[in-house]
Amino acid sequence: MPMIKVHKETCKGCELCIHACPQEILVMSKVLNKKGYFYAMVEDPGRCIGCAMCALTCPDVAIEVGVQGTRYVLYEY
Amino acid sequence: MARVLMKGNEAIGEAAIRAGCRFFFGYPITPQSEVPEYLAKRFPEVDGHFIQAESEVAASNMIYGAACSGTRVLTTSSSPGISLMSEAISYCAGTEVPVVFVNIVRAGPGLGGILPSQGDYWQATRGMGHGDFRILVLAPNCVQEAADLIMLAFDLADKYTNPVMILGDGIIGQMMEPVEFGEMVDPETLPEKPWALTGAKGREPNILTSLFLDPNVLEALNQRLLAKYRQMEAVEKRWETYNISDNMDLAVYAWGTMSRIGKTAIDELKERGIEIGLFRPITLYPYPYEAAGEVASKAKKLISIELSTGQMIDDVRLAAPGREVNFFGRQGGIVPTPEDVRDEFLKLIES
Amino acid sequence: MIETIFSRPESLREVSTHYCPGCTHGITHRLIAEVLDELGLRERTVGVAPVGCAVLAYNYFNCDFAEAAHGRAPAMATGIKRCRPNLIVFTYQGDGDLASIGTAEIFHAANRGEKFTVIFVNNAIYGMTGGQMAPTTMPNQKATTCPFGRDVETAGYPVRVCEVLSKITTPSYIARVTAAVPKEIPRAKDALRKAFQYQAENRCFSLVEFVSTCPTNWGMNPLKACEWAVSDMMPYYPLGEFKTPDDPLPAGLNLIEGDE
Repeated sequence: MPMIKVHKETCKGCELCIHACPQEILVMSKVLNKKGYFYAMVEDPGRCIGCAMCALTCPDVAIEVGVQGTRYVLYEY
Repeated sequence: MARVLMKGNEAIGEAAIRAGCRFFFGYPITPQSEVPEYLAKRFPEVDGHFIQAESEVAASNMIYGAACSGTRVLTTSSSPGISLMSEAISYCAGTEVPVVFVNIVRAGPGLGGILPSQGDYWQATRGMGHGDFRILVLAPNCVQEAADLIMLAFDLADKYTNPVMILGDGIIGQMMEPVEFGEMVDPETLPEKPWALTGAKGREPNILTSLFLDPNVLEALNQRLLAKYRQMEAVEKRWETYNISDNMDLAVYAWGTMSRIGKTAIDELKERGIEIGLFRPITLYPYPYEAAGEVASKAKKLISIELSTGQMIDDVRLAAPGREVNFFGRQGGIVPTPEDVRDEFLKLIES
Repeated sequence: MIETIFSRPESLREVSTHYCPGCTHGITHRLIAEVLDELGLRERTVGVAPVGCAVLAYNYFNCDFAEAAHGRAPAMATGIKRCRPNLIVFTYQGDGDLASIGTAEIFHAANRGEKFTVIFVNNAIYGMTGGQMAPTTMPNQKATTCPFGRDVETAGYPVRVCEVLSKITTPSYIARVTAAVPKEIPRAKDALRKAFQYQAENRCFSLVEFVSTCPTNWGMNPLKACEWAVSDMMPYYPLGEFKTPDDPLPAGLNLIEGDE
């Protein structure tokens, strides 16, 4: 099972990951982080397919992707 | 090695090799082109590397990069080219990397001419680029000294991690004289430079920059540089005196080629019983003010002779405050004869 | 047991960049760092930072770094690489740095076939100095020094660096990619990998141009900026490989070389 983790203090709230996610499982927070940005959070982790598009498009390396059990490689990277 | 007859520019190239320099990045310009030409031919014999850059701007930034990699490196140029290099010289000073520049000065301003001049004295000693910095400036007056000072320049550049400039007029570059070179330095035996960019293997990365956005950090650099310049002023002043006595009719101040013309005139007048001494700074920065002032105190009159409209005269005035400093010089690439200079001395003494 | 399949590469320091939110510089930095990690090059790499938004790049990479004068990074890289050919050297330059003030340096480094890698970030504007016109600013695109839009009658057309450099005879690897479209990011990394691989094999000069965004100075949100890069820049700056070292040399040259 894939899972993603957003480091909320690293996030600058650009929202690129929100649009990159084909499953639309990321949303923006309603509260600010220490830098003063609304940060990305995973709303529906169960629907994550582990494509890592969110992490790929994050300019601040704020997203880590992990997998438990079988890993599906969706593309060469 | 025995004495050989060589052109000044070629001797500069050979001396650089002797000093352990194996990299030259340069651009052709009269009257220094024999240096790149000599090294292009000679370097392959010593596993050296010559690159003709696309401009002096590029050449000087190449040697900035080369110096960052911890390698002894040289470029040579002439006045208009040195102006283009002033950007990189400032960066080298701010980053504190050792580089050696040679300026075989030609007449200016602008494109000027290709004949010898000393018109870049102010540029070398006062305004070698933007920002608050100094470079060591060494001025030879013969081919042998040009070779010796090149070897010294590399050591001083490494010692102070600062740019060093050899300031020679076109005569030094073009003249042939006998020269004997020092021992060959093996580049492999030079001391390690732990700050150099060599790849961060087993250590924290080295960063070489001249950008300090925090004014306190930048001021600390300025203060560190100042301390370095004070140290140079304390221990690196070099000069030559000639025919100094306690009761001179005239003290002559000259650097580079002009000092030799001055000496010839002095010898001739000595035979007529006229006592004239000569003071020649070898380091133009740091200028040997104290020694120059001591010579002034022993002479009735003072004169600075230069291949310019009078630039070093500023330093002579600083060395002898309150004294009148006379001047004689030719410009445009015209070199006065010893007779011209002798007549000028006589005119001044008799006035 | 959770296996991490995506995290910060070792070649990128654990620090927050000064880049604006949504700026693709961050992605480009990470891709370079990932490639250095994968090829095992970090410990023998020296980067050369430009003047412009990436002027502080040396604070973000975990390798030796030098800071060049504006536009002179290719000259500086030439000096470093020629003196220490075993190093992996890369420059990281913006459009003002590379395509304006440093045109002579990049052109001749490519022409000499210097064995280093150039990462060229083209976002059609001067970011650090506050949104002035760049050599790559699009026709009619507004900037602070062309407030009515770039007038091609007086400013000429935008410079296409890959197209120009790929016409040089000396073999090289020249590619244009983007990090502004998520699905293009793996392709961008492929190009970077090739570029560094060619350098590691001492084969040729390599340059990878990134069609990039500047949300702040374009006055757009990051997503809109990415969309504008696709709609307005990429038709003029098409993605792809423009030159590889395997391309044949011009026929005339083969004749001069003689009968081998």
